[in-house]
Amino acid sequence: MADSKPYGVLAEFDTTSGLYHACEAIRDRGFKRWDSYTPFPVHGLDGAMGLKRSKLPFIVLVMGLLGAAGGFLMQTWISVEAYPIVYSGKPMFAWQAFVPVTFECGVLFASFGAVFGMFGLNELPTFYHPCFNSERFLAVTDDKFFIAIEAADPQYDEATLKELFSELGATHVETLEA
Amino acid sequence: MGHGKRTTITLEEATIPSDHPLQGLSKKAAIVGAIGLIASGGLAAVSSERFFFSYLTSFMWWLSIALGGLWFVLIHHATRAGWSVVVRRFAETFMAGLPVMAILFLPLLAGMNDLFHWMHPEGDKVLEGKVGYLNPTFFVIRMVFFFACWALLARFFYNNSAAQDTDPSPSITHRLRWWAPMGIALYALSSTFAAFDWMMSLDPHWFSTIFGVYYFAGSAVSIFSCLVILSMVLQKRGLLKDVITEEHFHDLGKLMFGFTVFWTYIAFSQYFLIWYANLPEETMWYDHRSHGTWLYVGAFLCVGHFVLPFFFLMPRTIKRIRKTLFLGACWLLFMHWVDMFYVIQPVLTHNEGGVDASFHLLDVTTFLGIGGVFLAVIAKKLCSNPLIPTGDPRLAESLTFENL
Repeated sequence: MADSKPYGVLAEFDTTSGLYHACEAIRDRGFKRWDSYTPFPVHGLDGAMGLKRSKLPFIVLVMGLLGAAGGFLMQTWISVEAYPIVYSGKPMFAWQAFVPVTFECGVLFASFGAVFGMFGLNELPTFYHPCFNSERFLAVTDDKFFIAIEAADPQYDEATLKELFSELGATHVETLEA
Repeated sequence: MGHGKRTTITLEEATIPSDHPLQGLSKKAAIVGAIGLIASGGLAAVSSERFFFSYLTSFMWWLSIALGGLWFVLIHHATRAGWSVVVRRFAETFMAGLPVMAILFLPLLAGMNDLFHWMHPEGDKVLEGKVGYLNPTFFVIRMVFFFACWALLARFFYNNSAAQDTDPSPSITHRLRWWAPMGIALYALSSTFAAFDWMMSLDPHWFSTIFGVYYFAGSAVSIFSCLVILSMVLQKRGLLKDVITEEHFHDLGKLMFGFTVFWTYIAFSQYFLIWYANLPEETMWYDHRSHGTWLYVGAFLCVGHFVLPFFFLMPRTIKRIRKTLFLGACWLLFMHWVDMFYVIQPVLTHNEGGVDASFHLLDVTTFLGIGGVFLAVIAKKLCSNPLIPTGDPRLAESLTFENL
């Protein structure tokens, strides 16, 4: 498949600081479609990459509120409409009794929002990723740090990028197949 | 990462200069306190029962701040907290007001007949059964014990922390950490039983095992609010500008938010179990608060102590912008006062055979009286010692702290 369009350019760095400063440079040049890969979390890298704050908290809030509202309405419908039973002489619509389940439904759906929202925002599950076409990329779980810029980026130009990465101190630069 | 942030503070930078306007705060507070207490005394001559209930409301409000300070310091040491070193001295200062609270408690002893129905158990089977615990002698013994615990803990933790300012030895930190868990046990028991004695026993037929936690929850919300407000007041006066950052405010805001939810959880747990079981001796506490305008005070408490602050304090930006966090902190302190009002004063309403909540000038004068004296003591403490524990080994960690 050598004639197909490449996925992008992959650059390898030996140190966190090398990667960190390279990320800053790429961020400042205004690249849009790129990512960095590290064996462990590097503090402050999100800032160096210019990442915006995650949308996840908003998803969690909306899911939590929907879950709580759904839980409350479900109990109201069951106790008042579908299967009314008098217990402890309480009214059919005993909202106090609904609070614990309402709370739990809110927490449950907020958690779903957090986990599946995180999956969605991270595009998980991803069964194939072009980075793994590189033998050297396997070291990303060991002691190497990588940046990949996608061909889909509007500023993408293979030759200039390879030169840029060398200037930024990459120890190895290669083109990734799609 | 803390790029370019400072890692040390000199003693001089951390001390309020002798010509600073804040040096006069203690005297001003003392004057307000004296006027408040004298006015309260004058009004007490007219309506003595009202005086004791208003005084107790104000007292429990101010006490919750002092106790909250003690709790914050104990938890700080027990968990080897790093982020909070820059605000720990403020918490220590609030807790240093505990001994004067013992003196301010004394007028309440004169009002025990008005406040506590269990003083007259004769002919009441339930109260006759409780007389082993609810009797004046044991009440005073417990009171002395509570204040002794608090004063000793406050003194020990304050003096050791202050000693570290001049002798920056980690062994002091180790010693305080070693004692902190025992302090927590003492604090938990004493504050729980103090809440039982001074607020729950106003309705001596009634009991709620969660009541001590309820008071603690309000106290925790209050101390975080006070730490936020005190930090901002000092920064407004040009002190500690680059020492306490939005990172610290963010964390204090998170804890304010968290303990607001905790208060709600405890308040609802208490209400829910009593509502479910529907036993007359338990439900009557809520029954006294379910008629007339007291019902609206309760509803206001649900909205103002939970719904509003829950949504207001939730966004990250609110907690990182000083103005909005300040607003939240002031609001929560106000709601905590409404909470104390709601717990204590319906007893008086019921004694008088009424159903409506009423606000009295004594609520203001006792608040200013107790608060003035309390603030005078802690302002003096604040001005005579460094504002930051400069010798703490985790100070650098706190100064460079960042939320991830």
